[in-house]
Amino acid sequence: MHVSQERYGDTLVLTPVGRIDNSSTDGLRSNIQPYLANCREDGDRLVLDFSKVDYISSVGLRVLMLASKQVREQGGSIVIAARQPVVHEIFDISRFDHLFQCFDTVRQALAKVSAKALAAYDSTHSA
Amino acid sequence: MALWVTFWGTRGSIPVSLDCASVRDKLAKAIVAASGKGLDTQEKARAWVDTELDFAVSHTFGGNSACVQLDAGDGQYVLCDLGSGVRAFGNHVFRRDGPSKKNVFHVFQSHLHWDHIMGFPFFGPAYVAGNKIRIYGCHPNLEQALRRQQDPPSFPVPFESLAASIEFVTLQPGRSYDVAGWSVTARLQNHSGDSYGYRFVRDDRIIVYSTDSEHRLDVPDEVEGAAAFFADADLVIFDAMYSLADAVSVKEDWGHSSNVVAVELCQLASAKHLVLFHHEPANDDENIARIWQETLRYEEISRTGQLLRVSAAYDGMEIEL
Repeated sequence: MHVSQERYGDTLVLTPVGRIDNSSTDGLRSNIQPYLANCREDGDRLVLDFSKVDYISSVGLRVLMLASKQVREQGGSIVIAARQPVVHEIFDISRFDHLFQCFDTVRQALAKVSAKALAAYDSTHSA
Repeated sequence: MALWVTFWGTRGSIPVSLDCASVRDKLAKAIVAASGKGLDTQEKARAWVDTELDFAVSHTFGGNSACVQLDAGDGQYVLCDLGSGVRAFGNHVFRRDGPSKKNVFHVFQSHLHWDHIMGFPFFGPAYVAGNKIRIYGCHPNLEQALRRQQDPPSFPVPFESLAASIEFVTLQPGRSYDVAGWSVTARLQNHSGDSYGYRFVRDDRIIVYSTDSEHRLDVPDEVEGAAAFFADADLVIFDAMYSLADAVSVKEDWGHSSNVVAVELCQLASAKHLVLFHHEPANDDENIARIWQETLRYEEISRTGQLLRVSAAYDGMEIEL
């Protein structure tokens, strides 16, 4: 599974692409794992941009939960942004919307997690 | 030949009942929904209730703990678990057969937690001489668990006083047994103190009873084993007690599964009909109905092959195969 990354100030935006099912979950895990160690109170914030994810299975959701648990223990946090309608439904059905803060857009997520990141994002996207 | 599955108890962990506020709420909703419908006879009202009113208003999913009957129409009684629902089943047998007919009952125990054995002291046919009850299970302490719950000070009638002939049969998981016309195989499941699922085969039809099991789809061996056990089943009765979020976080290792995992596993196994079972006692009828509708939607979203039919079990539900 391809996961692209973009930095805005102290925040990393990771963008997985495609269907997260049992065959691609290992790819999701290995692609986000390197960024988890530095996601802590005095480190990076993480935003998962789900705009290019069209499905996520229970195993994929579990990977998200474990990643969130790890960074929470370090004082960090992961938020989710820009879910497609079907993925939004899956979060509702699985009640994962109770486990994660979810935002309609990446910009809204950045506004919540870091003023610096929002400023960096706005300067990039208004240029 | 038709096979029937009847659900006498569908609730997990502890029996529950509708309280006054819930009945009042249902009545108020029904009255509002009926206004202007011209329901001036009992017949019209019943037909409207059966066809027009939301299930969560017109019915209840019920509150008895696990007890499911498999019926091949041959007069043999086959049950899964002895939760509080077995009391209603026993009353049904008395109504159907009268007090004098002697019967043989075959009972397959998923495990020995209290909600799955608590109905036995209230199972009327156990008090009738001439009845035979064979209780099958994989736990070595099967007999001890059934006897102990009737010891003082827990119950006034000791197990030894039950007039029926009661026999305990220990099964080996993975081995196939022929019982009352069914081929039955047990499989070890992930649950505190172990539980066992049962795969019943008869006349090319397959019924899987898999309750009190925490299925972990991130463990390849577990997925492969469960999918093989569920393979091509006509009916899978599945422990969908928790939401996925709860099952993988605060309630991980509590030994139960979710509706999302139920759908994915049944789809992987090419099963035909999933029945959500072992309902969380904290959920009222509206919550269970909502989970059912969401599960139907998740089946649609995740489907890559054949349609998987999805039902939510309720006390008294009958399914014909």
